[in-house]
Amino acid sequence: MPVLEGKELRIVGFLCNWCSYGGADTAGVARATQPTDLRIIRVPCSGRIDPLFIVKALLNGADGVLVSGCHPRDCHYAAGNFYARRRLEVLKQFLPVLGIDDRRFEYTWVSASEGQRWQQVVTVFTDRIHKLGPAPSLEDPEPLLKIADMALTSLRPLGTGQASALGELKDAIKAKLPELDMVLGWGEGYDAAHTVPIFMKKPEDVDKLVWGPFNVNNLAVYLPSFKGKKVGIVVKGCDSRSVVELLQEKLIRREDVTIFAMPCEGTLDMARVNQGLGRYTKIDKVEYDEAGVTITADGKPTRFCMTDYAQGKCYGCTTPSAVLADTRLGVPAKVEAGPYTPPELALLDSMSLEERMAFWRGQMDRCLRCYACRNACPMCVCRDFCVSDSRDPHWMTQDDSVKEKLFFQTIHAMHLAGRCTGCGECQRACPVGIPILALRQQIGRAVGQLFDGYKSGINAEAVPPLLGYEVEEKNIHERDWK
Amino acid sequence: MSMTRFVTPDGLPAFLAFLSQQGNRVLVPVEKPAAKRSIVFEPWREGMPFTLEKATVPAKEAVLPQSETLVRYKKSRDPENPSRISMQLDDKPEAEATVVFATRPCDARGYAILDRPYLKGPFADPYYKARREALTVISLTCNSGCNTCFCHWVGGGPTSPEGSDILMTEIEGGYVLQGITPKGEELLAASTLEDGADRFSKVEEVRKAAWASLVPAPNIKEAPEKLAAMFTDVEFWQDQTDRCLSCGACTYFCPTCYCFNITDEGEGLSEKGGRRLRSWDNCMSSLFTREASGHNPRTIKAFRMRNRVSHKYSTYPENWGSFSCSGCGRCISNCPVCLDIRAIVLAALEAKQPKAE
Repeated sequence: MPVLEGKELRIVGFLCNWCSYGGADTAGVARATQPTDLRIIRVPCSGRIDPLFIVKALLNGADGVLVSGCHPRDCHYAAGNFYARRRLEVLKQFLPVLGIDDRRFEYTWVSASEGQRWQQVVTVFTDRIHKLGPAPSLEDPEPLLKIADMALTSLRPLGTGQASALGELKDAIKAKLPELDMVLGWGEGYDAAHTVPIFMKKPEDVDKLVWGPFNVNNLAVYLPSFKGKKVGIVVKGCDSRSVVELLQEKLIRREDVTIFAMPCEGTLDMARVNQGLGRYTKIDKVEYDEAGVTITADGKPTRFCMTDYAQGKCYGCTTPSAVLADTRLGVPAKVEAGPYTPPELALLDSMSLEERMAFWRGQMDRCLRCYACRNACPMCVCRDFCVSDSRDPHWMTQDDSVKEKLFFQTIHAMHLAGRCTGCGECQRACPVGIPILALRQQIGRAVGQLFDGYKSGINAEAVPPLLGYEVEEKNIHERDWK
Repeated sequence: MSMTRFVTPDGLPAFLAFLSQQGNRVLVPVEKPAAKRSIVFEPWREGMPFTLEKATVPAKEAVLPQSETLVRYKKSRDPENPSRISMQLDDKPEAEATVVFATRPCDARGYAILDRPYLKGPFADPYYKARREALTVISLTCNSGCNTCFCHWVGGGPTSPEGSDILMTEIEGGYVLQGITPKGEELLAASTLEDGADRFSKVEEVRKAAWASLVPAPNIKEAPEKLAAMFTDVEFWQDQTDRCLSCGACTYFCPTCYCFNITDEGEGLSEKGGRRLRSWDNCMSSLFTREASGHNPRTIKAFRMRNRVSHKYSTYPENWGSFSCSGCGRCISNCPVCLDIRAIVLAALEAKQPKAE
């Protein structure tokens, strides 16, 4: 068959050795005519296909990617394609947030005897890609220079939490401390407007504990490194979900961790606070009231109301009180029920595919690959063995291209599918303010839609959805190839 | 007195256009649209908005890009004798004439600090050298300190001329530009800006006020010996770094960090050939010291931070006679957990008796 419309595009096919590769072979032996745009890469199993293979192809100039494996229940390795199906479906729902048309990626099942089906699949898919035309390149669009303001509406009252029972919390920690190696909490940093993680080992350390909207850090990030020690941790609601997720993944042991929980009324977006303060030499004092803080810098007071200056993630928070705790203090906050799209994600939702690509082009441009996002993430547990540093295989180049940086963010997001608790530490830690939380939020939304409203870090007994499968998936439907 | 010129805020775009017409790529601080303010240096284009505020990311790129191609290579097989592979190399340093505009004195001192290992040692780095020679630095003196910066602790100051070709000072109604090096003087002489000599007394006033606004600096002269003595005190380093996340933000945002990694990004025998890249590396990463054998002498973040602080405040001063820190404070302001290098140095100075091994 002649190449469609005389123009060949670049389509990458990942075919499972046991079924689809054989199917393509069958089609060839039968002299079945096929378009010639597809370049086949043979893999042992569709379960071997890491979504990053597909993203790397798409970001590096493939106009389409086709994955084909054995039919469900027919896997040579029993269940590889069941795992693949979940992963690939999440990826398919993720691609649009990057500005990549999800029709450029498809997965299907073809058995070794189905030469004719293979011919049909490859023809239909190639035809689809030709209709879409060559894929836009991330390097091409003019970066989006103006970004709409994010609408900040809250599902619950935000405040500084000053009515919370800090004194009681300190007493509870002191009482428990003799049995523990240390308790993680927050203390004052280089000034009263910057709070830092502290490691309380002695009763006098406990007196340094502070409570308020400056407690931005998610301390769960430190827990896996203390494996085997008896560690206490003070948590906000979001932090508790990270602790639960770590328990789910058996990265920490329940009997080793003592959780002290306080209801959270929101944390400040320090980036916007600093913007509001402008250049200053010294913080003189910070005064709290129920609704906000007044920071006096160089003698000039500036008020920051929590309703206007909380972190984006706090506005839609549904777990202000810990989901799991040994000691609970304070009065739990009430949350309005209802659908909610976090502000960062809503911003991307409001854009077209082209605008999203231009948006990421403009944002990722200034990423320095410092990996603060990765290291601040409590669920990023590979750390010293991260795929981004690996030279063998050499997944990422050392190039500082936008493509490479977005590729890393995609890997980070995909590795968090069904695991990310949305704590937003990645975005908060980013020194150049790239709104990368939106990528995780899209993954979280896709996982929720596909797996019956699953939310990560709620139930310590649950298995994260990407670590399992159902033979008959309720919400993943086979696509029609006619 | 050195050559001075005066420019009003409205006259700045015309001055940038002039710099650009001189055949320079002009890097200016630009505020990026995002929820969080971040200011980065970008090549100036006619009509582009820019800011004169201190950048989030220093313009280290101008001399040491985040990633640069050292060598392009192409392998080809001899068709007559397939075991013979020949290689074509292109390793010429590329440097574009560049002006960094409105950087701060701390960042300008950063260039002077990078110069020593890259140019003054037994070997000058040709790639760095080409870029450095093509660079003109116009820095804007600070009228006050900020909460995280400490240039005056480490031998600099809000008006320090070291590393700058032209020093620019904001006074009422505009900016006075003062030539520091012959390169800077020539550039000013070629410009059409009005003379600023009569305004220089105002400049001196402003500069004096800037110094007066600083919180007095502690004496850290003994830091090199003290830190060297603390080397084996593991407990000290663990205490200082317990909250460190071991990311690389502190090093990547530092105007004086110069460690790099080299990788071959090859395409094998393909037509495209390959590249040898030099890219920033950072001592906070485990890979930085992992040896080919798999052994890693710096197993924990405390040892990595010890390396970073000791390099800046002990070993570099030993080798080059100044701290390898310009006090810009970006490692503090960009740290996700507000780790404060000032506090570590002070703690080392205050430590009474370094523990014996």
